[in-house]
Amino acid sequence: MHLPKIKKIFESLQLKVDDNFLPIVLKNLTFSIDEKKILSRLNLSIKSSLITVIMGPNGAGKSILLKLINGILEPSSGAILWNGNKITSDLKRKQALIFQKPILLRRSVISNLDFIEGLTGKSYNFIKDDLLSLVGLLDQKKQPAKLLSLGEQQRLSLVRSLLLKPSLILLDEPTANLDPATTNIIENIIVTSKQFGIKIIFVTHNILQAKRLADEVVFIDNGELVEHSNADNFFSKPKSKIVKNYLEGKL
Amino acid sequence: MFEFAEAFKLALNLVLSFDSNLLEIVFLSLKVSLIALVIACIIGFSLGSLLASNKFFGRGFILIIINSFMALPPVVVGLVVYMLLSKSGPLGWMNLLYTPSAMILAQSIIITPIVLALSRQVIEDLENEYADFFKSLNMSKFQIIKTLLWDARYSLITVSLAGFGRGIAEVGAVIIVGGNINHFTRVMTTSIALETSMGNLPFALALGIILLLISLSVNALVMALNLTSKRYAFA
Repeated sequence: MHLPKIKKIFESLQLKVDDNFLPIVLKNLTFSIDEKKILSRLNLSIKSSLITVIMGPNGAGKSILLKLINGILEPSSGAILWNGNKITSDLKRKQALIFQKPILLRRSVISNLDFIEGLTGKSYNFIKDDLLSLVGLLDQKKQPAKLLSLGEQQRLSLVRSLLLKPSLILLDEPTANLDPATTNIIENIIVTSKQFGIKIIFVTHNILQAKRLADEVVFIDNGELVEHSNADNFFSKPKSKIVKNYLEGKL
Repeated sequence: MFEFAEAFKLALNLVLSFDSNLLEIVFLSLKVSLIALVIACIIGFSLGSLLASNKFFGRGFILIIINSFMALPPVVVGLVVYMLLSKSGPLGWMNLLYTPSAMILAQSIIITPIVLALSRQVIEDLENEYADFFKSLNMSKFQIIKTLLWDARYSLITVSLAGFGRGIAEVGAVIIVGGNINHFTRVMTTSIALETSMGNLPFALALGIILLLISLSVNALVMALNLTSKRYAFA
């Protein structure tokens, strides 16, 4: 029921999405903390402007991988190449990262959106109320963002990221512990983002959600790549025993 | 007991009649401590935010020094400033000894480490909370510091009030570098010490009451700020 509303907002935002940063190629990507390898010689190529879901058991290194792609973390060795090039500040500005635990400023709901305006130097007065209305926060726009529930904070964090007009959205378990209504809103925003050409990479443990949204799945375990295939094959004909066990809830 | 009651009565009379001598001393005390506080805040907030948002070799050592300086004995500060400003000292040519400027300098030295150390801690805690978000937005150092200072403003005001409390109540340094000269460098604390030694208890007590009232007001302000910041979830 939110889809037409979301589409209208996306159109108003006049997103100029480009995918010339694709493919994102991970070359022998290794990340260690104090000698402990979190990711080990990962080789992967993410090509399509579709939804890539990263799955794997707890501690597999999924969130670290997302932060490495975003450039928050530096690899210990190996590299991430964006259409053959190293990451630039221009490329960083094309991304938005949604954290599992939303990071909101100690300001009001509306001021969290104003902050992006200040940062980008663009005015979004024409759309801010619509964005808040979309995620059911219009009545709370003057309330402190930190006093919102976790689900409300995540919704605010997602619409705030849209003001960055990203070409790539990275989401780290954005619907973990959220109610079905909030999950539905967030999934609808993800689906619409894809329709507008935005590349989505998101981490989830929710197998049903992955089935609903994923075009391709990357499965990692113990910091190593186990499988990378299109969603249909991944869920119907998993190649490895680890993935089979994971999908059957044994891992 | 009678003497105390009598002294208290006389003191209240002095306060309520806005005694000109008393007011002069109170205003000079406030002027010296407020100017010292402004200097301390300019230095403390700038260096505090730089220290909070930069990791470099030797940072831990610098933090230990700054934290230790929070407990600088005022008489030692007074002595050092005296040596600097005395005729034979390196800054003797400025002729600042026994002037309010010397007292401002001494109080700034006492307050700055407090404002610096506490604001560094406040800003660093907030920086840790926001760090990943800032990095994901690829923000410049200037944008980060601006955001941190704004979002930590309530805590920073509390920090500055702590610095002001330390300055206004201090006696050791200002008596050494100010000289407690009547109508020129006499402030509340030095005056209380002098009047007490001279047996003029009502005047000393009147100043003591005002000092306590200032201290109470500062504490009430800190509490009100904390409540406000919590109400807006800034804390």
